[in-house]
Parts: sequence; C-alpha cells; structure tokens
Amino acid sequence: MCDQTFLVNVFGSCDKCFKQRALRPVFKKSQQLSYCSTCAEIMATDGLHENETLASLKSEAESLKGKLEEERAKLHDVELHQVAERVEALGQFVMKTRRTLKGHGNKVLCMDWCKDKRRIVSSSQDGKVIVWDSFTTNKEHAVTMPCTWVMACAYAPSGCAIACGGLDNKCSVYPLTFDKNESMAAKKKSVAMHTNYLSACSFTNSDMQILTASGDGTCALWDVESGQLLQSFHGHGADVLCLDLAPSETGNTFVSGGCDKKSMVWDMRSGQCVQAFETHESDVNSVRYYPSGDAFASGSDDATCRLYDLRADREVAIYSKESIIFGASSVDFSLSGRLLFAGYNDYTINVWDVLKGARVSILFGHENRVSTLRVSPDGTAFCSGSWDHTLRVWA
Amino acid sequence: MAAGPASHGGCPRAQMPHLSKMERVVVSMQDPDQGVKMRSQRLLITVIPHAVTGSDVVEWLIQKYCISEEEALHLGVLLVRHGYLYALREPRSPGLQLDETLYRFQTPYFWTSTLWPAAELDYAIYLAKKNIRKQGALVDHEKEHYDQLHRKINHTWDLVVMQAREQLRAAKQRRKGDRLVIACQEQTYWLVNRPPPGVPSVLEQGPGRGSGMARRVQMTKNTDFYKQEIECCTKALGRIRVKSSVCLEAYLKFSSQHRPHDPIMSGCLPSNPWITDDDTYWAMNAPNVAAPTKLRVERWGFSFRELLADPVGRANFMDFLRKEFSAENLSFWEACEELRHGGQAQIPTLVDSVYQQFLAPGAARWVNIDSQTMERTLEGLRQPHRYVLEDAQLHIYMLMKKDSYPRFLKSDMYKGLLAEAMILPETKRRVFPFMWKPRHSSLSPALPPASASVEPVAAAGGPGGAEGEA
Repeated sequence: MCDQTFLVNVFGSCDKCFKQRALRPVFKKSQQLSYCSTCAEIMATDGLHENETLASLKSEAESLKGKLEEERAKLHDVELHQVAERVEALGQFVMKTRRTLKGHGNKVLCMDWCKDKRRIVSSSQDGKVIVWDSFTTNKEHAVTMPCTWVMACAYAPSGCAIACGGLDNKCSVYPLTFDKNESMAAKKKSVAMHTNYLSACSFTNSDMQILTASGDGTCALWDVESGQLLQSFHGHGADVLCLDLAPSETGNTFVSGGCDKKSMVWDMRSGQCVQAFETHESDVNSVRYYPSGDAFASGSDDATCRLYDLRADREVAIYSKESIIFGASSVDFSLSGRLLFAGYNDYTINVWDVLKGARVSILFGHENRVSTLRVSPDGTAFCSGSWDHTLRVWA
Repeated sequence: MAAGPASHGGCPRAQMPHLSKMERVVVSMQDPDQGVKMRSQRLLITVIPHAVTGSDVVEWLIQKYCISEEEALHLGVLLVRHGYLYALREPRSPGLQLDETLYRFQTPYFWTSTLWPAAELDYAIYLAKKNIRKQGALVDHEKEHYDQLHRKINHTWDLVVMQAREQLRAAKQRRKGDRLVIACQEQTYWLVNRPPPGVPSVLEQGPGRGSGMARRVQMTKNTDFYKQEIECCTKALGRIRVKSSVCLEAYLKFSSQHRPHDPIMSGCLPSNPWITDDDTYWAMNAPNVAAPTKLRVERWGFSFRELLADPVGRANFMDFLRKEFSAENLSFWEACEELRHGGQAQIPTLVDSVYQQFLAPGAARWVNIDSQTMERTLEGLRQPHRYVLEDAQLHIYMLMKKDSYPRFLKSDMYKGLLAEAMILPETKRRVFPFMWKPRHSSLSPALPPASASVEPVAAAGGPGGAEGEA
C-alpha cells in the first residue's frame, strides 16, 4: 500500500481576485502572497509574457537604431577632410608651459577658469580645492573637502563662488571670501545630492543654477539658493562622466557623455534627450561644444576624439593615430574652433587640426596622466591638470 | 563585486583598452620579419636570446608609426612602465635606456591584462622566495609588505613557505639562463603590481573604473530602458537633418572668420600676457572698457549673439535702439534672461515686475509681440514658472536679430565705432631672462565692491613657484 501525500490547502480569499478558493503560496518580488490556482497560472504566464516583450523590445530598439543610421547616412554627401582640402595647412606650432602651479598634495582631477581669464579653481584627490591667480601663480583660497577624490569643480560666472564635489555624492557651493575671520567651510552650501559620486558640475549662465553629472547615471539641474532639484535627466545606461552647456542665446541644451559609450544632448527645460550618439568604443570621458554651438567633440578611453554635428545629426570626424594608445581624458577647442586640444592618459597633450583631421603637435611635460584640460575664456592659453600633482598653463 | 584581497579590485579587461593595444604593439614588435632586431645577451657563460636594445625599439616605433624620436621614446618608456619590456641587467630604471642595455619582452603569462588583479598569496610567495634565496635581499618596502602579509595571512603561512621552497627547488632544475629570465619576468610583474613608494602605480584607474571604491552602475536593461531607447530613436528618425556639406562648410566659415580673433592661432596685440608677462592685453580688453579694440568691434558684426555677449557691444546696441525708440525690446529680453537663469525663489516677483513693465496693457515700456504669443504668454502668467516668458522672449529676440541688428551694423554709429577703434602696436618679447619683471596681480572678482580701493589681501606678484618659459 503506497503512502498518499495530501497537499494541505489553505482556504481563504485570494490576494488577487479576492474569491474564496484553495490558496497556494506565491512569491512576487520577494513578498509572499496567497493566490488561488487560477491566478497563480495567470501570473506564471504573465512572467513569460514579460520576457517575450523584453526580447521583442530589444530587437525593436536594435532595428530602429539600424534605420536611424541609414537615415543619417542618406544626407552624408561629403567628408570633413574633403571639404577642408582648400583650407591652408597650419604652420609650425609652438606652445610651451608658461606657468606651473604647484601646491596640490595629490592628483589634480579637475579645473575651471574664472571669467576674468586668469583665475582658476582646481580640485584634487586629497580633498583640497584651491583657487589660484594663475598669472602670478599665487594661491588665493583653499578649502579642504570632507571627502577624497574631488572629481568636479566649477567657477561661478560672477567669480564670487566655486562649486565642487566628488565621492561625497554631493555638489557644494562655497562663496569666496577674503575675510580672514570667516572660514570658507562655514558658508558652504550643499546643493546637489546624488546616489553615487559626482563626476562633473557646471554653473549655467548665472550663479543661481548648477548642472551636475553623477556616477548614478543621471544628470540634474539644481537651484543653488534652495538646493531644490529643478530637473533630472535619465537615459544613460551607466555612469555619466562629463557634461558641457551649449553656447546659445536662445536654446537650453547641454551634452553629456558616459560609461555607456554614449553622448546625449538634453533639453534642460523638459528633461528629454534630444539627440544621442553612440559611436565610441569605450567610455566617453569628456565632451565640449564647438564654439558656434553646432557641434561638439568628445574624448574617450578608446584613444580617439570624435566630432559630432548636431544639425547633420551624425559623427563627422575622428581624431586618432595608431601611435596613440591611451584614452583621451579631456578635450577643449581653441577660440576659433580650428584647434582641438586633448589631454591623454599617456601624460601627453595632442593638438588636432579640427578641419583637416591631422595632428598638429604633441606636447610633453606632465609626468603622469593629464586628467583635465580647459582653454581660457579669451583663448589666450589653456590649462592642463595632471595626476603628477601640478597644473600647467600653456601658451 | 568580490571583496577580494587584491588592492585594485576586479576590473574586466574591456575597461582597460590601452592594455590590449599595447599588447598588440608588443606582439608586432616580436614579429620575426617585421619586428625589432633581436640580439643575444651574453652574461659570463650564459647566452640569453631574443633581446633588443632601447634604440632599436625606438627606431622601430619611429618607422612603424611615423612619429618623432621624442614620441617614440615616450611610448617605449610607457611599455617598460607597464611591464611589457624589462631590462636584463640591474639596475632597472623606469625609463628606456638608449645605450647598450638589452631588454626582453615580458611573457604573456605575466601580462598585466592576463593576471590582474595580483593576489596577495602570490605576492607573499614571491617575497618569501626572495627572502629564502638570499637573506636581506628584500628592499625596505618589500620588508614592510612581507611583515604585513605575515600578520594578515598567518594561517596559511606554512603553505606560503612550502610553495616558495618548492618553486625554488623546481627552478634549480632549469638552466641558468632560463632561471635568470624567469626571475626577471617575475620581478617585472611585481614592479608593476606592487610599485615601490614614490613610483605611481600604472594600474590605478580612479573611482568607478575598477578601483572598487565607487562601483560603476549598470542600468538593468529592462523593458523601461528599451522603451525609452525606442522612444528616443523614433523621435530621432523624425528629425529634420541638414546635409553634411552645408554643416561642414559652416565650420570652414566660422573658423576663418574667427581666426584673427584666436590668440593661439594668430597671436594677440600688444602681446599674449602669458608669454610676455605683460597684461596690457587684458586691460585693453576689459569687459567694460571705454575704448574697445578694432577686432572687438568687428566681432559684433559676426552674429547677434556675439554682439549681445559683449557688454560694450550690448551697451552700444542699447544706445542705438534708444534712437530708434525700441530700447524696451532689449530691456525686455534682458529681464527674461534674468528670470530664466535666476533663483527659484525670485520667480514670482520677477514675473510680476516684467508683466507690469512690459506686458500689461498701457505698460510704461510695452513690447510689441504678436497677439497669439501675447495671448499664450498672458495665459501662462496665471501660473508663473521659469520658462513662462520663453515664447515672448524668443519672438523679441528674433525681431531684434532680423530687424534692428542689421540696421545697427549699417548705421553711422557702428561705422563710427569701427573707425575710431584702436589697433594696438605689438610689443617685442623680452629677451632678458635675468631681468625679472613683477607680474601685477588683479583684483579678485570675489572682493566686495566697497573694498575696491583697498589693497587686496592677495599680495602682488611674488615668485611663488612661478616658472617662466619652459
């Protein structure tokens, strides 16, 4: 005689249809519920349905991307270097280090120029943020952040404040004061709050709004005075590493680049992604608009810099050389947009002819990777910061 | 994320693309036909084959990549620093010697990308071997590591010593040449993975990129993610695109137009402050200078945006508009800008003041907007927000751009400004390196206006670490 096992059924009201049935335990998102057999069946097939939808969505996305590339290619009737053939080649190019700023005790991670064309703010791994008059090389202010790896810093348009942040997941604004009795840390204002490290920050056209990019995959726009989140930008599939505001009087857009190899252009007002480009083969470390605002350049770990045109909606140039193996960490244009300066992880700075696509010059000097590079507001020089603890101004 | 003993955390090879590229270079260097010339190193009675000199490596790089000697040497040094090349003889400097020193290529087994992250246990065995082989062979930082590891993995220390002894015994079976090579290879590997103090680690990537401190985020590619991608793509497909030829021509025009204004491309008059230590250029081009330079006035003609961006240009344009009795347009535009970029708390008051001044029927400075836009704007004013005046602002902007701006450029006022504007003479570069000229400091924008007459706390130009021309 065989044993018969009886399934002990609990009778009660089903958690889904509320009918009085024999219930069985069911797990949904690690929460235990009791469903009747009919509802349990439905849930099982729902799961299947969701998986099918995921696969079909993915293939739909892929085919749309393919179609998009086709459309973009239709209007591509000429290459940049072909158009640039009638432009005269650049002559001998000489740029030297004109100032070396020593004072950071560890890797310099980020820097920004003040609108007065000579002051800069720089931040480093040891938490120090220093404001320099780089013309005289004097340090004017110094703040120690409560965290290490201060990866982002920015100068306010008025010149009266700086913003910085990093592994503390926040962006803080410090008003600059010369009053010896006041410590800058006392007046610090915590503006942005992310759920992962802060990778980039920038003031918009005034001291009152800050745009941030974070390792949590989002960008956000904040009101400085209240710390209120005005708009958030979702869409990157991984850490966002850089951002740049468009130089436009009428528009409200900015571009961001991330570890998902994408560069995305956003509308600040609606929070929507307006355009996206995915041609890099590795993380996009730096993005910068062309001075006219119609294009932007990006530097990536795949050792290339690329130029994307916003009206043509496509990549229009690649700046690469077989001998350049290390990733580009930071890019910026000269004032006329003819030259693209790019700092690389192999300690060098390469200068590219934007129109002809050729490398104009290679600058040596830093003793560790170049982490940040910005051209001064009036285009007279550019400043590079490096993991060798120094900043250099080149002209 | 595995919380392993490795100090650099796990990092998939894909996140370090420069390593695979370096490996390809090294592989092609070892190609029997196209590679670097191989020599043999003679050490007393042992002969070690497949060695190369630093100069051969540099020469090969110059030929292969058409680069300068400086760049080739730099690349060679990086190959050594990343452990792909090692010198056979001590002392092993971190550079690439261009003399008779011979180098060998690291075996793929020890390549950074293959064996990374380096395990503590392996390092302990390596140090133990070194210690056993010759007492006192450990350098200071190695001694420290050794003691640390001894404390940390004390429970497996017998294993460590046993392994060390076994490896040394096995090594004795080999020929002297092989033994030497293997020892070099291992040492090179550990120089990269446990650099001595003062030598920066080439493996450090920064947070979020494999150091494990801030774990990188990978969005779950769920239905929402794909739905968003699909939406983005569909919108993108509907975009109006411009032909490449048109877009690219625009760059040529922009670059050539701005070239004389680009100090790096064309220099600047009287001189570039960074090069000559003379900041006259900045003084002459100060934001609100009374007499703008010719280049500056010319630039106002490039685009309406450039005119508005320059405070002097904008002020002159305002004067022009006053003459045409349409100055309220520019004032309205400025007020809208203030709203758009202002603080959140000021929005209601600003909107109200703009309405009273410019939009209300019978307002003192009423702006002429088309009825549709006006209606929409007034409707939106019921619930004021940052962008409520955007339509009206754009309308007025376009009006000024298409109408007032071209007239301004043709006006006598502008022509007069162009004629009066200065062209500064060039100052010759100082050629006396020993006559040090003090650099004047400028007032920091962060100083409150009241103290403008007082000497700034930031002292006038001192020698503080400044470097002249490199």
